[in-house]
Amino acid sequence: MTDFNAMTDALVSCDAPTLTNLVNDALAADTPAQDILNKGLIASMDIVGEKMESGDMFIPEVLMAAQAMGSCVEILKPLLGEGEGASGASVLIGTVKGDLHDIGKNLVAMMMESAGLEIHNLGVDIAPEDFVAEIKKKKAQIVCLSALLTTTMPAMKQTVDAIVESGLRDQVKIMVGGAPVTQAFADEIGADGFAADAGSASKMVKSFIN
Amino acid sequence: MFEVIGERINTSRKLVQAAVAERDAEYIINDVKKQQKVGASFIDVNAGARIGHEEEDMRWLLDTIQPFCAIPLALDSPDPAVLEMAFSMVDQTPMVNSISLEKERFDAMMPFLDGKECKIIALCMDDAGMPESSKDILGRAKNLIKELNGVGIITANIYVDPLVQPISTNSNKGIMVLDAVRAIKAEFPEVHITGGLSNISYGLPQRHIINRTFVALMMDAGMDSAIIDPLDKKIMATIQTADMLLGNDQFCMEYLKGVRSGTIES
Repeated sequence: MTDFNAMTDALVSCDAPTLTNLVNDALAADTPAQDILNKGLIASMDIVGEKMESGDMFIPEVLMAAQAMGSCVEILKPLLGEGEGASGASVLIGTVKGDLHDIGKNLVAMMMESAGLEIHNLGVDIAPEDFVAEIKKKKAQIVCLSALLTTTMPAMKQTVDAIVESGLRDQVKIMVGGAPVTQAFADEIGADGFAADAGSASKMVKSFIN
Repeated sequence: MFEVIGERINTSRKLVQAAVAERDAEYIINDVKKQQKVGASFIDVNAGARIGHEEEDMRWLLDTIQPFCAIPLALDSPDPAVLEMAFSMVDQTPMVNSISLEKERFDAMMPFLDGKECKIIALCMDDAGMPESSKDILGRAKNLIKELNGVGIITANIYVDPLVQPISTNSNKGIMVLDAVRAIKAEFPEVHITGGLSNISYGLPQRHIINRTFVALMMDAGMDSAIIDPLDKKIMATIQTADMLLGNDQFCMEYLKGVRSGTIES
């Protein structure tokens, strides 16, 4: 019986060598790769996200944990069947038009990726029409908009409006985030959710999917 | 002398936004007086947060602040029309915050700046995003200085902001900007280096000690201005002490004055 708690402990302490050993031991004990991924790594990364949200873990630790997790996912990849890795939900993320900031947005993307979601990171300075085009192309169910400036927050509203006009609004949940963004602003522009940090963003996406 | 650009009059701060919305002049005047008293060199004025109200809010703020302000203002807006109006209202040569190499912003700002007498904050940002190496920062600074010189702004009136980035996302972000500042100052001794500092500590706990330690390091590299809250007593004390240690305080008089008045404590 594989002890997934030990994986959680290793990931929370950013201990890549121990985590790698645990994954290899689990494989040697015939634990299915799919279980190691879901019950071990992804579940552990959820706890890292929660700890980040509560202020018990910090960005450098989360980056280190994600790196440790990434190298273990590489071990599992050849053993996972087609479509076994991701949850099936397609998530778009990008910084809105006129805004070039990407640090926070990339953290959110990384946390979601570690949570087993299929992430399409569009980058920065993304025009409303490009979000719309990508929703169609990637068959996205979730769209995450980022803005770091008060001057680019209106572009979030324009993006939401463009999604409404395109007739795609009912197919997607829209989440917004970034330093100046608030729940009140999210409500005002008609977004479905606001997340204050990468941990809660990743949790919110999952709640939308389930 | 190290120049502090006081960042408090910004409508993205809750209390300031409320004061501006209610036209509470007393609140604004008191805040400006406090910033002057603790040694700010410029008062930054940003009216951008109430979307759709920037021009009227900026006009009211300048009308309110001017009679009580003995130091120059830093006019903080991306909109040349707002800046043009603000520029005509100030009674001392202002600082303009800011220009960058992002095409839209650059093209809008250059005609405004052409032939004007002002100081200008030049952000090392371009359409590729945040700079990724010290060489990258230096290249952008060079570009900005060349372009601004071309419209009549002398190098001594340019305040380059190298864009401090969070060390939490990459351990080299501190040394990257320090190296860049040294390189810029080596090539352009007259240019000023300014910027916000708190980005360095984003994502880490106990941020103030990181910010304070970083400002001292940045000053050694050549930073001679910063956009900060001058009512943050500890960072102001660090700046004054570092200024002394770098040989800018004859007979340590300013330091001693600060200790006696209670602004500097161990």
